[in-house]
Amino acid sequence: MTFRARHLLGIEPLHPLEITTLLDLADTYVDLNRRTIKHSDALAGMTQINMFFENSTRTQASFELAGKRLGADVMNMSVSQSSVKKGETLIDTAMTLNAMHPDLLVVRHQNSGAVNQLAEKVNCAVLNAGDGKHEHPTQALLDALTIRRAKGRLHRLTVAICGDIAHSRVARSNLILLGKMENRVRLIGPPTLMPAGVAEFGCEVYDDMKAGLEGADVVMMLRLQKERMDGAFIPSEREYYHRYGLDAEKLAFAKEDAIVMHPGPMNRGVEIDGTLADDINRSVIQEQVEMGVAVRMAAMDLLARNLKAHRGAEAAGEH
Amino acid sequence: MTIFLENARLIDPEAGEEREGNVILHNGMIAAIGAASAPADAQVIDCRGRALAPGIVDIGAKIGEPGERHKESFRSAGLAAAAGGVTTIVARPDTHPAIDNPETLEFVTRRAAEASPVRIRHMAALTRGREGREMVEIGFLRDAGAVAFTDYDRVVRDTKVLSRCMTYARSLGALIIGHPQDPGLSAGAVATSGKFASLRGLPGVSPMAERMAFDRDMALVEMSGVKYHADQITCARTLPALERAKRNGLDVTAGVSIHHLTLNEFDVGDYRTFFKLTPPLRSEEDRVAVVEALASGLIDIISSMHTPQDEESKRLPFEEAAAGAVALETMLPAAMRLYHAGAMDLPQLFRAMSLNPARRLGLDCGRLAEGAPADLVLFDPDAPFVLDRFKLQSKSKNTPFDGARMQGRVLATFVGGRQVFGEAP
Repeated sequence: MTFRARHLLGIEPLHPLEITTLLDLADTYVDLNRRTIKHSDALAGMTQINMFFENSTRTQASFELAGKRLGADVMNMSVSQSSVKKGETLIDTAMTLNAMHPDLLVVRHQNSGAVNQLAEKVNCAVLNAGDGKHEHPTQALLDALTIRRAKGRLHRLTVAICGDIAHSRVARSNLILLGKMENRVRLIGPPTLMPAGVAEFGCEVYDDMKAGLEGADVVMMLRLQKERMDGAFIPSEREYYHRYGLDAEKLAFAKEDAIVMHPGPMNRGVEIDGTLADDINRSVIQEQVEMGVAVRMAAMDLLARNLKAHRGAEAAGEH
Repeated sequence: MTIFLENARLIDPEAGEEREGNVILHNGMIAAIGAASAPADAQVIDCRGRALAPGIVDIGAKIGEPGERHKESFRSAGLAAAAGGVTTIVARPDTHPAIDNPETLEFVTRRAAEASPVRIRHMAALTRGREGREMVEIGFLRDAGAVAFTDYDRVVRDTKVLSRCMTYARSLGALIIGHPQDPGLSAGAVATSGKFASLRGLPGVSPMAERMAFDRDMALVEMSGVKYHADQITCARTLPALERAKRNGLDVTAGVSIHHLTLNEFDVGDYRTFFKLTPPLRSEEDRVAVVEALASGLIDIISSMHTPQDEESKRLPFEEAAAGAVALETMLPAAMRLYHAGAMDLPQLFRAMSLNPARRLGLDCGRLAEGAPADLVLFDPDAPFVLDRFKLQSKSKNTPFDGARMQGRVLATFVGGRQVFGEAP
């Protein structure tokens, strides 16, 4: 097995072989999850804390379910109950949590890098469930698994990522992962929603959606936050839908068998046409949710194995 | 009291040269340079060929008095300065409350004189409460000893207010220090926009924000004729504008912080908040361009931009953490990086750290000449050490050089002919 990482903080530190290992294991968990008795004891006796500084129903539920199916004791903490609101520093929060001896810490935070900072101060495995505009590694991994199962491979594909690239951690993680696996990545969106220095990312940048979709195997749509539609980044919702919303007409420029993805939750009629999102021949949006649980099970399983090995080595005095 | 410093490597920034020699300090002044033997009653210090330079005059150090004494006091800042070869601190007015009236200025002047082993001079705010609306009593504050006027990082947005401040200051010959950062474009930014900031997901600001604000200030300087100093020029794109302003005869000088000369944006690495500065660290191309501009004399002054922050304010996510780094004590060793890299020689460095800032503020120090104040630093430019932040004299330990290999160590510091730092010889 090739998976050495202690934490899953982002896609950036992962080796392509580690990604493949994780996806292979996730495939087996997809099978497990489709059975009636979906239980494994990979994490039996271990404690998993889900710490969400930023609200999320879907991701938190996915992590919770993944942990429970692997037999972990799962606890959810949300920011409104946490002492961060009382002025405690991030590091204090980390130290306090650490004293409770969790084994897996799943963290979502509104600030880029906050999960990395937390990980430095704790003795358990940390999973990044999304930090600011930085990374969302499990989303990129579940997208990768979805693509691999739909297309039969995860290399030499043309993937178009469309929408609010600048503010999207999903876009960053996907961009890095797809690059590592040797795919051709195109970024499509209005220039105000493109990050600075995007030309140096090693991908193609388009502001015309039809040109960008030409010959794409995968069309990945991003959610556009409501607060960015008020004239600050784009003139209006309807102009955005007209130019960058995915509908059948624009999708016709992609390959005939191109799949449509969306990390959810969708704004129907803003970035994607509702009928298209529900078209089971093109849209794999429901599969993405299913793969999410399996990928998170695989990630936690692998990190738990490394954690046990690490602690074992420490106990044997090898450090 | 007379001190005879013998066998020194004399760094003379005025002449732009170094030579071997002896120096006699008497009555707080440099009495003689090059004398062959010690006067009868003198205390003799053998410098053993180590470098002796005029002490650093540091424009723009923040001290936590009044308001934030837990971060830095005049005492701790003075000790840090002495340990770093800084003999004159020119303190910033961005305190709580801001130093914006003669009474507060008199209070801090008295406190500083009681507590600090090195000289401390004060700048005053340019507008009341640094709010950018009403000008301070520039005349009274000058009479009370303010050497310059600045709102530091709170850029005066209203150009009418700023132009009036400048016009009024000009009539008094007062120096205004600007912070060239366009407040609109740089709002919310914690990094320089580019690939690094984008991959890290940090809000970035274009280097153009510096150029825009500098251009605006130059137009107002041309209009008012005021003496103007830009506290930090950190981007390649601002340099042609600076060059043009000087060529057109505007009374303009520019500074740069020691950190922007020795670090770049990649040093932030994995969101290390001790590297969060105002303005943010720049690209390597910008750093190199700024070092060249400094060596050529286009940029005049190196400052520490010493900004003490407590541990709590740095233990936060990068975007929310406080900006700034302490540097009084590390400025000289860090500057030696430029010397060892071959970018600048020692007289050039001390021109930028001692002579130019003193001249700009109209102070008599910063020179290695007979009749100048005996403010000197004795240092070994080659001595290596690994920096331990907990050994710094500052109350706050937020240095980006923690654990860094440094070369260049201060051995002794003299202020007014008295040794304020270093082992007794």
